[in-house]
Amino acid sequence: MKIGIPKEIHQGEKRVATTPEAAEQLIKLGFSVCIESGAGLGADISDEAYKEAGVEIVKSVKSLWKKSDIVMKVRAPEQHPELAIDEIDMLSQGGHLISFIWPAQNEDLMQKLAAKEATVLAMDSVPRISRAQKLDALSSMANIAGYRAIVEAAQHFGRFFTGQITAAGKIPPAKVLVIGAGVAGLAAIGAAKSMGAIVRAFDTRPEVKEQIESMDAEFLMLDFKEEGSGVGGYAKTMSKEFIEAEMALFARQAMEVDIIVTTALIPGKPAPKLITQAMVTSMKPGSVIVDLAAEQGGNCELTEKDKVVVKHGVTLIGYTNLPSRLANQASQLYATNLRHLLTELCPEKNGVINVNMDDEMIRGSTVIKEGKITWPPPPPTLKVAPPPQTEAPAYPAVVAQQKKPIIPESIKQFLPLIIGGLALFGIGSVAPASFMSHFTVFVLACFIGYQVIWNVTASLHTPLMSVTNAISGIIVIGALVQISSPGTAISVLAGLSILIASINIAGGFLVTRRMLEMFRK
Amino acid sequence: MSQSLVTMSYIVATILFILSLSGLSNQETARRGNYFGMLGMTIAIVATSLSDTVNSYVVLILALLIGGSIGVKAALKVEMTQMPELVAIMHSLVGMAAVLVGYANFMDDSSTISGVEKTIHEVEIYVGILIGAVTFSGSVIAFGKLSERITGKPLLLPARHWLNLALLVMAIGLGQMFLSQAESGGGLAPLLLMTVVALAFGVHMVMAIGGADMPVVVSMLNSYSGWAAAATGFMLSNDLLIVTGALVGSSGAILSYIMCRAMNRHFLSVIAGGFGTGSGGEAAVIEGDVHPIEAEETAQLLLAAKNIIIIPGYGMAVAQAQHTVNEITKLLRDKGKRVGFGIHPVAGRMPGHMNVLLAEAKVPYDIVFEMDEINEEWGDVDISIVIGANDIVNPSALDDPNSPIAGMPVLECWKGDTTIVMKRSMASGYAGVGNPLFVKDNTRMLFGDANKMLQEVLKALKG
Repeated sequence: MKIGIPKEIHQGEKRVATTPEAAEQLIKLGFSVCIESGAGLGADISDEAYKEAGVEIVKSVKSLWKKSDIVMKVRAPEQHPELAIDEIDMLSQGGHLISFIWPAQNEDLMQKLAAKEATVLAMDSVPRISRAQKLDALSSMANIAGYRAIVEAAQHFGRFFTGQITAAGKIPPAKVLVIGAGVAGLAAIGAAKSMGAIVRAFDTRPEVKEQIESMDAEFLMLDFKEEGSGVGGYAKTMSKEFIEAEMALFARQAMEVDIIVTTALIPGKPAPKLITQAMVTSMKPGSVIVDLAAEQGGNCELTEKDKVVVKHGVTLIGYTNLPSRLANQASQLYATNLRHLLTELCPEKNGVINVNMDDEMIRGSTVIKEGKITWPPPPPTLKVAPPPQTEAPAYPAVVAQQKKPIIPESIKQFLPLIIGGLALFGIGSVAPASFMSHFTVFVLACFIGYQVIWNVTASLHTPLMSVTNAISGIIVIGALVQISSPGTAISVLAGLSILIASINIAGGFLVTRRMLEMFRK
Repeated sequence: MSQSLVTMSYIVATILFILSLSGLSNQETARRGNYFGMLGMTIAIVATSLSDTVNSYVVLILALLIGGSIGVKAALKVEMTQMPELVAIMHSLVGMAAVLVGYANFMDDSSTISGVEKTIHEVEIYVGILIGAVTFSGSVIAFGKLSERITGKPLLLPARHWLNLALLVMAIGLGQMFLSQAESGGGLAPLLLMTVVALAFGVHMVMAIGGADMPVVVSMLNSYSGWAAAATGFMLSNDLLIVTGALVGSSGAILSYIMCRAMNRHFLSVIAGGFGTGSGGEAAVIEGDVHPIEAEETAQLLLAAKNIIIIPGYGMAVAQAQHTVNEITKLLRDKGKRVGFGIHPVAGRMPGHMNVLLAEAKVPYDIVFEMDEINEEWGDVDISIVIGANDIVNPSALDDPNSPIAGMPVLECWKGDTTIVMKRSMASGYAGVGNPLFVKDNTRMLFGDANKMLQEVLKALKG
């Protein structure tokens, strides 16, 4: 089958749906590939590079659409600005289209595509299952967006990210707050961290705490229990109380941080408004907000889509085309995602695709099959994130009551001390002075032993045992002082114990010496 | 020698003993520490012998010489793999000496004390003999278990907790009888009876403890032998004995605590005996296929790896494989690979057992790591080799709350790329627990005697 790649017509879109490397792989799968002349220029890929990889260059966009069985694009089809014709109309009857579609937002488009009897796979609908990760274009684009967000922020931020002490004075490090630690958020954390900033991050899903901390950023805890993970590992809308607590946290942070990157999105809903005008006003002049949710209305009230504006001394970046601003990288990753999808679609490597609706991955991605709308797919059977190990108790009060011990915890920890104290008091009240002096020695010796033994390294525990063995042969002293006592029985007993104890002494010290001789670097 | 001079010598000896133990904080100072200990002991013995109360030198020197030469002979002859047995039997000697000294002291009626002091003295004798007897019989059984003269399986009598309680009550009752009879000069009968009870208690206590708990038992008996010496010190009003006994006693107690923590077991539940008696549900059954591997292939895997961790267990000690392990280590290190050893605190049958064996084979101690150091690094490890270990690398300790070893920290070798497990067969470990590590996809099983298989690996590495 023939795969066609037209030049992207959306304004400012520089990405391209395949690269020479990916095209080469597609040809190995048995497909033939053609591309519109100049399609790769925005991503710095020349027609010659494609040609070398065995791709046919087509001058006319109309003939490209016409002769392609499968059209691969980045953006969803739209009105062609120069030819005054919709891309859908160029798609051949019963053809295949693979691109971002956003079926929830583009019902019209879906209807039109269905009318064309087309089969459409939406790269934004790839299910979030582990097998499908290699074709998850959303993740690869989000990764780029997160990185680019920090680069844009650095561009508009008037200071270093990293802290320095120089001859010309001390430079404090920039403080970055990342809201929403999905793929984009984590990429932003990584980029900001590697530039030397202090990074904090917040997310409603508690399981990402570990991921945030693994990036060496600080997770901002909200003192509030609510499960924030929805189906497929995405976030869901939270309760009113939760949002209030969250907003209070952001308000506090806004006063402190220099850069805010917001990435909070809930699938199929407008972006939650997290940064209010008041918070923007409270930020230090020169601060930067990068709103990665600008496409869906923005996380910040003042964001303007596709624009950089300065309000209240704060730069608000509302670009929606951040991946396109890193066009070469984005094209490479997207092309690889597409190639993986085609590999799945064409398991026999014969250049013919088979849209197998029994395969969960392909089923999820396919939004229109031969003119029939198949979106939305059944929910994925496997969650990306495992459910948390401990579930919050439904009735905390009841559970707490059951577990309440007879003795309160605060008293319990003093219990041994109290018992010990009473025992010492009991001994002290009856024992004679001579006993007490020995007892003092005994207790102090126990403490010395405690201090000394904790310092012994684990690898020397065996020598420790044998040397303490030898030392406990000191019991020989007890026998020595008795051996000259009157009475044969006593002498015999004492003599025997001297004999036994001296086995211990000689054996213990010698074997310790033998062992210690062996330990060497 | 005057009494003050003797006391002064005792103070010097005490300080030397403390220095001896604190020297063990690292390998460099440990040897010097041992010499301090010897010096302290010599000073103590000489000073006591020269004091005014001692005059029967013939018996004294004869006993010292005979005992000393037996000790020297044992120390020179013992194999490093038999260290646990030697340590156990030496504990029993301390216990026995404490019993004998106690009896001698009881028979000695030359002292002039009376009233409360006399009662306290008698309590001291009684307690000293009690601890000594428990230490003695317990250590003898531990020795038997370690040298496999007695089965390592815990002997669980029905109502064993009640039996222990009954023995304790008997000991207290006999103590009362002893005190009242000792007023009038008698009391030998209850004392002898109590000794029998204490001996029985020691036997029963150690018999009920499983093989995997042996490190705890050995260090616990070490502690007891110290307390026995301290009790003797009280009995004889001898501060040197009290201090030394207390040092040894707390040392053993801390070791037992460390061992218990390493197995996530409560000290009392180890002493009470039996393994896994507390777990409620059924432990998960291990299912899956094992992937066997040959020595040849193991060598190839090792040659392809960069970062290798070896996890030795009791099986290495049994097979005497430490020398072969060292040769393989040397060979791999010469080829520029990073080889390290991961030692679990309770690997083997005694605290630090594996370290001693590796040291004997001349493995440099700076590549031998503790569990906590290694567990952070598994991501970088290409291959780990488990030699004759089982429970200390069992993932169900972490995943399966119903497993008898649940919660015990383990070496998480399955987090590395590949694990090669050397084992004689698929039998379960000392704890009698199945191990899901063996059926993991990244685990390869090399069956056979550890030493023989390692030698084949070595040959393949050289060839």
